[in-house]
Amino acid sequence: MLDLTAKTPCDGLLPVSHGPFTLTEIVPKALTSIAPFKGQAGAVSDTLQSAHGITLPSIGGATGNGSVQAIWFGQGQYLLTGPAPDGLDGIAAVTDQTDAWATVRLDGHEAAEVLARLVPVDMRPAMFPDGTSVRTLLGHMTVSITREGEGYRIMAFRSMAVTLVHEIAGAMEAVAQRL
Amino acid sequence: MRLPCPICGPRDSREFIYRGTALDRPAPDAGTEAWEEYLHLRDNPAGPIREFWYHHAGCTAWIEVTRNTATHEISDAVLAGGEGAA
Repeated sequence: MLDLTAKTPCDGLLPVSHGPFTLTEIVPKALTSIAPFKGQAGAVSDTLQSAHGITLPSIGGATGNGSVQAIWFGQGQYLLTGPAPDGLDGIAAVTDQTDAWATVRLDGHEAAEVLARLVPVDMRPAMFPDGTSVRTLLGHMTVSITREGEGYRIMAFRSMAVTLVHEIAGAMEAVAQRL
Repeated sequence: MRLPCPICGPRDSREFIYRGTALDRPAPDAGTEAWEEYLHLRDNPAGPIREFWYHHAGCTAWIEVTRNTATHEISDAVLAGGEGAA
């Protein structure tokens, strides 16, 4: 049997840096979308609290950090990063998304200036503080953007990984030229 | 143009797809005339109009927007699926 080598979504593309900005790949252990059944959001939140120590975030938010995180992921939908969830049978639709998304992290002083060229949402720290998350556009792609500390965690469909890196790296370079 | 998504707040119109006039569907036995009007005939008012928009790049909700075609003023935006749909 062939022994295939697993590649990450941004294999060979990252890291990239221009001026003060760096773009690196994040490879989460597992990604799972959780869509609570009608009226079960509270039960799902309690289950996650006892199993993984985090609650479901409110709309436009994210809870947890580092190894375990729950991100608001659209109407009635959340994304758990880190462990695969336990005990959600019968109260939520649970789908493994681990290989479906490319995840990158953008860092650097005034990284919001880079995103301002690509994203139609105000990404400045005052408007988009630590722990907030949106589903929006980056160029023509739908993405999820979460503010984590000083940086931004950006997720796009895995099939768009090359475009994602190309778009962000281009904006990084253009903004760095003007500093 | 910005649309006030009831879930996400005001967002750029690029995040939305227009999904047509918000009409009340006739009863199944309402007759051919009512159904032809529902399918094919649209008013073109200079004033308030109800229309559906799909927030495809955001929360994926369908919203019903009341927009004035003469002034572009948006006076209302609610979840098409009702308030419990968030």
